[in-house]
Amino acid sequence: MNAYRSTVPEGRDGFAQLLRAEWTKFRTVRGWVIAAGLCGVLLVLFGLLVAAGTHTVTADSSGKEHTPSQNEIRALPRGPGGEAVTDSFYFVRQSLSGDGTITARLTSLTAIGLGQVGMGGNADGGGASGGDASADGLQPWTKAGVIVKANTDQGSAYAAAMVTGGHGVRMQYNYTGDIAGPTGTVSSTSPRWLRLTRTGDTVTGYSSTDGSTWAKLGTVRLAGLPPTVQIGLFVASPGAQQFDQSFGSTGSSGYPTLGTAVFDNVGTDGSTSDGGWQGRTVGDNEMPDRMPGYTQSGDSFTLNGSGDIAPNVDGAGQGLERTLIGAFAALTVVAVLGVLFVTSEYRRGLIRTTFTASPRRGRVLAAKSVVAGTVTFVAGLVGATIAVPLTNWLLRRNGNRTWPAPWPTDLRIIVGTAALLAVATVLAIGIGAILRRSAGAVAAVVVLMVLPYILSVSAALPAAPAQWLLRLTPAAAFAVQQSVHAYAQVNQAYTPPFGFYPLAPWAGFAVLCGWAALALGVAMYRLKRRDA
Amino acid sequence: MSAGLAGGLTVRAGGPGPAVRAGRLAPAVRAEWTKLRTVAGPAWLLLTAAALTVGLSALAAGAVRCADTGCGIDATKTGLTGFQLGQAVIAVLAVLVVGGEYSTGMMRTTLTAMPGRATMLAAKAAVLAVPVLAVGAVGALGSVLFGRLLLPRHGFTPAHGYRPLSLVDGSTLRAAGGSVLYLALIAMLSLGVALLIRDTAVGIGAVLGLLYLFPILIPMVTNPSWKRHLQQISPSGAGLAIQNTIDLHNPPLGPWAGLGVLTLWAAGALLVGWLVLRLRDA
Repeated sequence: MNAYRSTVPEGRDGFAQLLRAEWTKFRTVRGWVIAAGLCGVLLVLFGLLVAAGTHTVTADSSGKEHTPSQNEIRALPRGPGGEAVTDSFYFVRQSLSGDGTITARLTSLTAIGLGQVGMGGNADGGGASGGDASADGLQPWTKAGVIVKANTDQGSAYAAAMVTGGHGVRMQYNYTGDIAGPTGTVSSTSPRWLRLTRTGDTVTGYSSTDGSTWAKLGTVRLAGLPPTVQIGLFVASPGAQQFDQSFGSTGSSGYPTLGTAVFDNVGTDGSTSDGGWQGRTVGDNEMPDRMPGYTQSGDSFTLNGSGDIAPNVDGAGQGLERTLIGAFAALTVVAVLGVLFVTSEYRRGLIRTTFTASPRRGRVLAAKSVVAGTVTFVAGLVGATIAVPLTNWLLRRNGNRTWPAPWPTDLRIIVGTAALLAVATVLAIGIGAILRRSAGAVAAVVVLMVLPYILSVSAALPAAPAQWLLRLTPAAAFAVQQSVHAYAQVNQAYTPPFGFYPLAPWAGFAVLCGWAALALGVAMYRLKRRDA
Repeated sequence: MSAGLAGGLTVRAGGPGPAVRAGRLAPAVRAEWTKLRTVAGPAWLLLTAAALTVGLSALAAGAVRCADTGCGIDATKTGLTGFQLGQAVIAVLAVLVVGGEYSTGMMRTTLTAMPGRATMLAAKAAVLAVPVLAVGAVGALGSVLFGRLLLPRHGFTPAHGYRPLSLVDGSTLRAAGGSVLYLALIAMLSLGVALLIRDTAVGIGAVLGLLYLFPILIPMVTNPSWKRHLQQISPSGAGLAIQNTIDLHNPPLGPWAGLGVLTLWAAGALLVGWLVLRLRDA
């Protein structure tokens, strides 16, 4: 008698078939499909909840409160790169058509502090009373020098060679660019010569101690610089700020400062305007009682000015990361989803069928990760893409200012949030396969990702341990949601409670990927050595 | 044949001893205690909870610094930080007490043996509460001990206005004792949610979402009244107000009022859980 032979052709056992099998398992369990949809819904709902609970009212002249329309809210100036910038300074200028050069010698840079004003939070910066000027107002980033600027509008392109209060000679351009030059401060006995040469849309900066030997600071290209630009002298002095953090709250205290710069040997080459030098304040005039201004005698100028020309980092934590706070809720859902995708097979015994059909166990786990990760990525992407414009619309309708960011940053935050959810699902699959117990695995994933964030961002821990938590734990991945870069040329507390993560966005994301890879690796190793 | 077999077997309920009367709490408690004690999981979870609570508290106490008088740090609350981690493990235990029975089908046996739903639930709650209170006490004592040892080394000295943590001190005793109660209330809340949801994974996800999402959402909302209301209804936020020893007169909630909010949450969850237990098939 012949042995029975099936006439059905042998099925192929490739990874594609495995993916199809896992996808069939996923899509035929109604609860899991609902959970994937819930991810997107939670992203939108939490964004709307935040926007609804963030309502700004202003009082008009008669004292009646109303929600300001977007026309009443002064838009934040945006730099050429699209980021929010601070652009307030005192400017003594001429217009320059075509190529040209400006040279000046800086002999003094000082600043005075004007009173002390609390700026919210637990500000108790005692000391000088309001209105008193203190002599030691010079800030590390008080700056004065020569500048080439596209026009006098806030946020227009520029390049400047300057001396700073505490960081030596710098060449800065387009708000984010900062090139270090020689160190040291200026005085009448050790003055500093500064020069900018404009050729087309490139600007080259030089500095010198004697006016004859020049050291190049750098050459920068300012895209789209118009033929006629403004060149001249400037001074700016940011406010003296102190940042405090105590249990559960953050705050800053400080006071504005007024910088004074003395220039001589001011000269220009090129076709400058005939009207001679004109002074004006660019941007905010923060101190109406002490008008910024300038005096001229021959080729000597004394400028008084306040403000800063730098990126605006105050919006950290208030950009898209606020509209996507639902990522934490979605994360809880994907933790459950990822764990159940593995543990429910163990509970129902399906895992034995799975491993009989596909004996290479590591591949099964890989296929599960691909399927569940893809589903949660898509759900997160759809949710985030809907949540961001909807939340921003409601925030604006409630009279709030929304913080601008360059579009690559917006894109990174939206895609990064979706990718974060996907990799968190893979982490959950790994931990679920290691522990084989649903409740413990879900708790492990949620606690690992959420608790470090709560402890460090809520200011419960001091900055140093908070930063270590956000370097080592999977919570580091929330760095992909950081909307504002940290800039060395702006005085700010670059710590988690102020919206700054210790790692760069994708580096933080890589930490989560490392955790997920480790969990999957351990899970695959254990799968091969344990009965199912 | 089948009739003969049936006739041959005489099943007597309750065996040789007196039949268990429905509604008696003591046997129910004994049954639940046996179930909890004879599996390895709960003991490990309780040990883990105590270890993680003390461990995180010690880390937090070792990490904070106080440079000057008026540094505005609540030393006691910092020393009890570990409860924010320990609560997750206790929630897992509480969810498993119910969810584990549903996943194995044990719940049907339990309800056959103890048809009184309220009695069974009361027994489960009591049997869960006692070891959780013990773990909470260990966690609180360990945390206060580490805080007492570590905090004075990092500037929390009498010169800066901090006395060493001591349970003789009224507010520290309240914070530490309240944290023990907090942990027990979290267990009750989780028990109620588990009765409602039954699946352990979804149940623990729901409990942890409830505990951890409020503290993340609250800083993002800027409306003062929204913020205050969210702080007042957040189970973990309001409950942990029991640990506050400075700024007591600051809204949103006093310590005992905060623990009261969590008590309401726990009672509400248990009530809903009991209703679901009564109205739904196991």
